[in-house]
Amino acid sequence: MNSIENIASRDNAGQPIWKFLMSELKPRGKYFTPFNIISVPIILVGLVLIVIRFIYGIGSITNLTQEVPWGLWIGFDVVTGVAFAGGAYVITFMVYILNIKKYHSIVRVTVLNGFLAYVFYAGALLLDLGKPWNVINPIIGNSFGVSSVLFLVAWHFLLYMMAQLIEFSPAIAEWIGAKRARKILSSMTIAAVIFGITLSTLHQSGLGALFLMAKEKIHPLWYSEFIPIMFFVSSIFAGLSMVIFEGSISHKVFSDQISEKNHKAHKGIIHGLSKICTIAMFAYFFLQVLTFVHGKHWDLLNTPMGYWYLTEMIGFVLLPMILYFYSYRTQNIFLIKLAAIITMIGIIINRLNVTVIGFRWDAPNPYYPSWMEIVVTLTVLFIEIWIFRWIVRRLPVLRESPSWVKDH
Amino acid sequence: MNRLNFLRIAGLAGATLTMGKILKASPQKSNKAEFVGVLYDSTRCVGCQECEIVCAKEHGLPKPDPEDYPTTKEVRKANEKRRSVINAYETSKGELYIKNQCMHCNQPACASACLTQAMHKTEEGPVIWRDNKCMGCRYCMVSCPYDVPKFEYHSSNPNIEKCNMCFDRIKEGLQPAFVENCPAEALTFGTRRELLAEAHRRISSNPETYYDGIYGENEAGGTGFLILSAVPFEEIGLNTKLQKKSYPELTKGFLYSVPSVFVLLPAILLGIFKATKKRQTQEEENE
Repeated sequence: MNSIENIASRDNAGQPIWKFLMSELKPRGKYFTPFNIISVPIILVGLVLIVIRFIYGIGSITNLTQEVPWGLWIGFDVVTGVAFAGGAYVITFMVYILNIKKYHSIVRVTVLNGFLAYVFYAGALLLDLGKPWNVINPIIGNSFGVSSVLFLVAWHFLLYMMAQLIEFSPAIAEWIGAKRARKILSSMTIAAVIFGITLSTLHQSGLGALFLMAKEKIHPLWYSEFIPIMFFVSSIFAGLSMVIFEGSISHKVFSDQISEKNHKAHKGIIHGLSKICTIAMFAYFFLQVLTFVHGKHWDLLNTPMGYWYLTEMIGFVLLPMILYFYSYRTQNIFLIKLAAIITMIGIIINRLNVTVIGFRWDAPNPYYPSWMEIVVTLTVLFIEIWIFRWIVRRLPVLRESPSWVKDH
Repeated sequence: MNRLNFLRIAGLAGATLTMGKILKASPQKSNKAEFVGVLYDSTRCVGCQECEIVCAKEHGLPKPDPEDYPTTKEVRKANEKRRSVINAYETSKGELYIKNQCMHCNQPACASACLTQAMHKTEEGPVIWRDNKCMGCRYCMVSCPYDVPKFEYHSSNPNIEKCNMCFDRIKEGLQPAFVENCPAEALTFGTRRELLAEAHRRISSNPETYYDGIYGENEAGGTGFLILSAVPFEEIGLNTKLQKKSYPELTKGFLYSVPSVFVLLPAILLGIFKATKKRQTQEEENE
């Protein structure tokens, strides 16, 4: 109990706010962790590459072509990243709408993860824009391209980021000790959650709808008019697999933050999530089979792209689904984590198949990402993890709220 | 009670916002307007590349390399330095030339994809690109079934390059530069209706010269650039696998579903929230 008291006292208790914030800015923890040693050089190289990109143009560090105008930065950073951030709307749905208290302890960390994912992956989008200074055009209203799916997605990103910030804001209020603000902010949670789930439903599917007009450009095994529904359904188990994966890492790295009670509850949470993943994946697999049968592409199965399609469907959807189901029945936590990792690889493969690998698969000079695109992607990812770590070490995200919260 | 009111207002506001947005997003019913276009009679084309040269001059693009002329050995491609190219194909009727450029669709995928209206179907017919609105996302390139828009990858302030049918000249009452300067008179400028009538006339009066069909009459929902050919279209490298419906139709279903989701889903969520909350308070009272 004593250690928890110590943790709680980290939040501001009566200090002037600026003094408190200045003291919080100081770095904490060891400098030479394996993560720091790997991430710092990559981030530095990545920042140099970003400067080069803005001086000499996108072509100076990417392999994009006139036929394949969207590459790794859109296919992985944005489309895959947003799918992984889907955990936030699923968990808030269960906790706030369905009132399943069991998952309450992971709401904050999941929402924080989702929020940072959107900030950084939408931020990565700016790197991919030729004229990023015009990004305000679709927002301030001088040129609304209202018939564009991308217009919808852009607006939803913006609004959803705000909804997530509201969902997360009570943690900030608790951190700086703003009691009245916390009360007001937490009264807005339900509205933000309802709004956020609606936005998520639409833009998770909207990311798929972006590719509907590229009908002849995407390999027929991956193109169908059901891409939006597939993207939505798969975002459920993509997000939850991410929650399982991130949760098991957080419980090791930030074990000092987590109370005894929540440590014990974690297995139950993972176990419950594996059941939801099984059901969502079954629905997804069923949809994929149905789409395939309706598409009448049996002849394409016996081609290299067909083998790749079967690898994705059997190795990275069916297999982890069975694994989730089996480990749920046998309560094997290790296998659940394994299933989560295979599912996540499968989601990466699926999103890249639709957006990059299957896009213009027949082009005479196919697109492969350059090493510089990969380094910039890793830079975005690592900076996000740095910020995540900074916040978790300071704000009541994984640990219990300060004691004054319950008195109210 | 306050919160409930807030939710009601928020829901209503959200619904109105999206509804307004989407209703405007339905495809423009401007088919009544007389779009102008260009009829390209490839049977008359001699592959002289005069159109390439005047295009570069008109739009301030680099002068074409005289060494780079159409041969049957390679397919030349438009890029960010040239908006249009002539290619040569070995066909059943000998070596034939074909001009490749923006098709100026009636309902362009690029313009419906553009979230800033930088890519724009003008009332006159040409599809133009506007520098000050574009944010360089390249979604137009992803969406265009003909792969027409080209992007300046090696510029810090990149532009999209594509044929705009010399829109500035059209507004002044002139013909597009490439039409005016074609020495073989392979290109004709006019309203799309007139051009289609003329194309049909040429086919029916010279059935042995022409392949029976006008590329662009129905492709991708109809285009402003219409092509007559001596041979089946595949032989001169034209994509015949494109759908006859317009490409924006493909996203219509999704966009139309947005307002319903925006109205119904929050209501359902609020309902479930109220139901589970009630159940929970009852349980607490029972304890």
